[in-house]
Amino acid sequence: MSANTALAEKYRNNFLKEIEEQVEMGDWVKMCMQCGVCSGSCPTNFQSAWEHPPQELFMMIRAGKRDEVLTSTSMWNCTSCYNCIVRCPRKLPITHIMHGIAEYAHRIGLAPKMQATRFFSGLFWKNATKTGRVNELKLSMGLYFKNGFGSGVKEGMKMKDVAIGLVLAKRLNPLELFGGHKCKDQKGIQAMLKKAYEIERSRKAAKMAG
Amino acid sequence: MAKHEYAFYPGCSSQKGASASNYLTSVESMCKTLDVKLTEIPDWNCCGASIGYAEAGELPRHVMNARNFALSEKNLPGQEIVATCAACWLGARETRERLTHSDTLMADTREALKEAGLTINEMPNIRHMVEVLIEDLGFDEMKKHVVRPLEGVKIAGYVGCQTNRPFGVDGESFENPQYLDRMVEMVGAESIPEYEQKVTCCGGALAFSEPEKAQAQIKDIVESAYDHGAEMIVTPCPLCQANVEIYQGQINKTYGTKFNIPVMYYSQLMVVAYGGSAKDAALNGQMIKARRLEEIAAKPVKR
Amino acid sequence: MADIKVAAYICKGCGLGERLDADALVKIAQKDGKVPLAKSHDFLCNADGVAMIKNDIANEGVTHIMIGACSRRAKTEAFFFPENAVARANLREGVIWIRPDTDEARETTQEMAEDYIRMGCAEVKAMTAPAGNAVTGSSKTLLVVGGGVTGMTTAIEASKTGYPVVLVEKSGALGGWAAKLYKRVPVHEPYKSPADTGVGELISQVLGDSNIKVYLNATVAKTDGAPGRFIVDIATESGATHTEDIGAIVQASGFDLYDMNKLPELGGGKSANVVDQAGLEALAVAAAAGDGVIRRPSDNQPVKSVVFVQCAGQRDPSGTHLAYCSGYCCNTSIKQAMYFKDANPSVDTTIIYTDLRTPGNGEDFYRSAQEKGVIFTKGKVAEVVPGGNTSTVKFHDLILDDKDAAMLDVDLVVLATGQVPNSGINIDAPAATAEEGVVEVKPISILNLTYRQGKDVPQLKQGFTDSHFICFPYETRRTGIYTAGPVRRPMDIAQAREDATGAALKSIQALENAELGRAAHPRSGDLSFPKVRLEGCTQCKRCTVECPFGAIDEDEKRFPVFNESRCRRCGTCMGACPVRVISFENYSVNTVGAQIKAVDIPDEFSEKPRILILACENDAYPALDMAGMGRNEYSAFVRIIPIRCLGSVNTIWITDALNAGYDGVMLMGCKSGDEYQCHFVKGSELGRVRMSKIDDTLKTLNLESERVRDLEVAITDIERVPEMINKYAAELVAVGPSPFKGF
Ligand code: SF4
Ligand code: SF4
Ligand code: SF4
Ligand code: SF4
Ligand code: SF4
Ligand code: SF4
Repeated sequence: MSANTALAEKYRNNFLKEIEEQVEMGDWVKMCMQCGVCSGSCPTNFQSAWEHPPQELFMMIRAGKRDEVLTSTSMWNCTSCYNCIVRCPRKLPITHIMHGIAEYAHRIGLAPKMQATRFFSGLFWKNATKTGRVNELKLSMGLYFKNGFGSGVKEGMKMKDVAIGLVLAKRLNPLELFGGHKCKDQKGIQAMLKKAYEIERSRKAAKMAG
Repeated sequence: MAKHEYAFYPGCSSQKGASASNYLTSVESMCKTLDVKLTEIPDWNCCGASIGYAEAGELPRHVMNARNFALSEKNLPGQEIVATCAACWLGARETRERLTHSDTLMADTREALKEAGLTINEMPNIRHMVEVLIEDLGFDEMKKHVVRPLEGVKIAGYVGCQTNRPFGVDGESFENPQYLDRMVEMVGAESIPEYEQKVTCCGGALAFSEPEKAQAQIKDIVESAYDHGAEMIVTPCPLCQANVEIYQGQINKTYGTKFNIPVMYYSQLMVVAYGGSAKDAALNGQMIKARRLEEIAAKPVKR
Repeated sequence: MADIKVAAYICKGCGLGERLDADALVKIAQKDGKVPLAKSHDFLCNADGVAMIKNDIANEGVTHIMIGACSRRAKTEAFFFPENAVARANLREGVIWIRPDTDEARETTQEMAEDYIRMGCAEVKAMTAPAGNAVTGSSKTLLVVGGGVTGMTTAIEASKTGYPVVLVEKSGALGGWAAKLYKRVPVHEPYKSPADTGVGELISQVLGDSNIKVYLNATVAKTDGAPGRFIVDIATESGATHTEDIGAIVQASGFDLYDMNKLPELGGGKSANVVDQAGLEALAVAAAAGDGVIRRPSDNQPVKSVVFVQCAGQRDPSGTHLAYCSGYCCNTSIKQAMYFKDANPSVDTTIIYTDLRTPGNGEDFYRSAQEKGVIFTKGKVAEVVPGGNTSTVKFHDLILDDKDAAMLDVDLVVLATGQVPNSGINIDAPAATAEEGVVEVKPISILNLTYRQGKDVPQLKQGFTDSHFICFPYETRRTGIYTAGPVRRPMDIAQAREDATGAALKSIQALENAELGRAAHPRSGDLSFPKVRLEGCTQCKRCTVECPFGAIDEDEKRFPVFNESRCRRCGTCMGACPVRVISFENYSVNTVGAQIKAVDIPDEFSEKPRILILACENDAYPALDMAGMGRNEYSAFVRIIPIRCLGSVNTIWITDALNAGYDGVMLMGCKSGDEYQCHFVKGSELGRVRMSKIDDTLKTLNLESERVRDLEVAITDIERVPEMINKYAAELVAVGPSPFKGF
């Protein structure tokens, strides 16, 4: 049984409860009063990129639309601009809920596989935690090559002017590919993160059991 | 001894050869003038920035920031942590708030930190560089050092998101913060307080992953600056700076515009106004060169 | 009236002395005003000035006083001479403050002031000091009709203030709807859970109060008289009638729930498992008496899922059901959802709403329900389909724009149907023609008034009793009778209690005023009252029909009988009377007519038109005064006379003015109609109906219709009024001078 089916089974008919227990800040979803201020404030909504703005996602959660929510690309479009947070009359930590739903969808394998931001997000974290610091070049290369080598060259070429400009301005170092910035105590960082994951996993499991 | 001392958290983008290295250079020279001493936290690590959320989960994210707190406490006891990057500042502050409000999270964090041989006893204050300037030094103090006012330069103060929300600078409104405009005036330039796009999102990390969406926003930000007759844009955030500056060429291709407006850090303006050279202000770090500033920086200082 | 002596006083303070020629004004008073005593003073309202006037009253035998100073609305305490007739010429707000201080304006400004002095002198001579109404009653007892929360609260509050109360309740017990509730919406911190109703305590307070006499199973069979001297017959179940002397009345006759049987599409009346909010309270009360579990009526199984349908039969734009929002039912549904959640969090409770209206602390209550896991879904319920023991609720999800959203297997559906007032007979409804075979259930009168104008208090909209909604919320159009609680507008318990307290105080004020022969609001304290010269009356009935307050009855010979204590002194009767036999001591066809005639009308070659403005004293006149305070300028060609109400305008004034050569007449009164702002409710409307016929008069005089202008003015129109005046003055220039000048 996959993680997804197990969870779906456990929370049968109660997607709101599932979100409350499994998603960071998820217990806030029920407090939304559907005023729509967040949707009206969300930049990605203006660019008509979104299937569902936050208000709608929260309503869908309450209406039990599990698959539609967790497979949506919507929360991946959040730019972390925090516009919604400061405006929500109910003080919902919307940005964090958006990230939380995304993380959950990713965790149980329902998130759209090739959603670019999801990919980038994962990449970023791996990039950052591997050495303790972000390697911007590897990060970009990784993103452009996500669809394989051929399209990677194409994506990379599109950004070529940008990259050359940055190199000239000494703000992107081609040598980063071979080493680059890193922390000294990488071992400590890895150990620390391993522990953190362990703790987090056991807490979530406890919630699921209880 | 310097007048003000802080533990410094430069963040990944400000490292040498990274996208905001010009920011770091100018901050260093600005701090020299203002007698502010920044001591880098030894072996600091990435803040995890908010875009890391998919993989990170809650605890690991906070643990990353907590490690920096612990290192600061161990090596620079009693000093507040200062960040120059909006995302670093935000991430660290968020961790601070969560850990302060949840005993469980705090205990879990300590347990993980133990693996790296570290611990936290006291929560540090997390400050953004502009907070230090405005609150600890004040506009009067900052202005005192201006020896080469940027007269006649019209500058759009682009505050962006993360230095403004959800925490922001104390006493400023989320919808129309004024401090950047005041800083522009402080260096003797002309501000545009009515610049509508001053808190519009630049697209953040989506500029990488979904460029069309981010660029649509950047276009609005730049266009409005032009509409108000700005010669350059100033910002306190590295991601804002990068996004607004480096995609102008692509935007021109997509929309047929002719954008070519320099995007500066407040620290660069200050260094030039304080009499520093183009090199001190890292003006060579601009993809779109700020000719007007370069000219001013070449002028002799009026003392 | 042989021994009247008039004195005129011209003030030179507040800049009047600099802007106007006071000596000339004194001379005008003597020469044109023909007053024997005329003086100016540097500062008339100060102790010395007032002492001068008092001295003249005491030693010079002055009976009538004309004060040329500030507006009659200013310095009322200084210029308070209750034994004398007093007129005020408004030289400050009405002249110097609305005119520019320039040399070229000086002449017209002075002319304006001189006319006001002439007018004041003429007016005061036509007045007498009001002596007060002699037909008073002194009953201090309050009648409260209705024994629900509103009625009981009124009774308790009045009794606490020291006034005896007679409370009449038609059912066999006190408590009304509130007594049937399991719990109420909380009114104290932290607003998180349903609270005890407190009705039991109210009931025992009423029953334990020796100052409150309670009639149960009783109705009001007859209400006769006027404030201070009502005589009320109370009919009891046994058939016996008790008569009580009453000073004032509070009608707290409450509401009924909108009948859910009218909502078959929502399952109303179709299934035992579809209830209204009262139905749910009954289930909750029954549960509380048993094991605490609310059960579905069809088979007594515990309810596991419940859906609340908000606005059922309410806010209906189609006209089929209630057009309004009852205001309380959102909170009630939230409370009822908590009945379930507090007992068992696993019960699914969904509230389907289009707008959730929980103002004030209701927001905290709403939030608390969200915290408890009540699901709020924004949607419009299209249909409730009952089947067996469960129902399907079909709705349009307004957020997800899903027209076919549905909730399945719902154990219980609660319809929030709202309040319908229990306000008695609609006295304004056209008399129903008896149709063969059709038995109309006629509403039963609540008060059974013997008034000529009908048995109950008038209604405004949707059957709610009329109350002066902007200024005086409890005032009905029947003086001394107040309505409170949901009969007046839909409301919840907290609002009803507040309403009851207000009405208790207002009714006490009314009976006290009645005893002293004084008017109630808005002319509170006024001692004048309409006097009729019956010798001249033609029995036309206009006054008895038009009086907005039902103050005038008819005697056996069909002559009008004025009930002074019911009268509000609006003057509508005076304006209506075709033979002008109705007047007040200090306000009459003559007092205004004399002013109109006193104005000096320059000839047609002078290029100085004259415009008469009759301005309502409640809104328009204060607005004009405030225009002056703000130094808004307006034309020097207007002459303004304050009137009690547009309803008091007698058409003779207009005809007189036009005949005298005025170029135009402006009438300024409050907004009329359903959204009225008239202080006398119907006064401005009646006045306007009367004035609509003025066109005929203009035709017979061969005058243009522009010569008379009717304007709605609110007290806030401070800047607009001067603009309207100036615009009208300009228009009249275009029309040309009146042909009647110089005749
Ligand atoms: S702003 Fe807040 S309350 Fe309003 S819809 Fe968005 S999340 Fe809900
Ligand atoms: S933080 Fe995310 S969800 Fe909120 S307004 Fe910004 S982009 Fe939209
Ligand atoms: S109070 Fe709520 S349920 Fe009642 S009519 Fe108004 S909106 Fe509808
Ligand atoms: S406070 Fe806001 S939500 Fe409440 S009634 Fe007023 S406008 Fe509506
Ligand atoms: S019309 Fe007005 S003044 Fe006349 S009796 Fe009625 S209330 Fe009194
Ligand atoms: S309006 Fe005048 S004439 Fe007519 S009934 Fe009344 S008092 Fe008599």
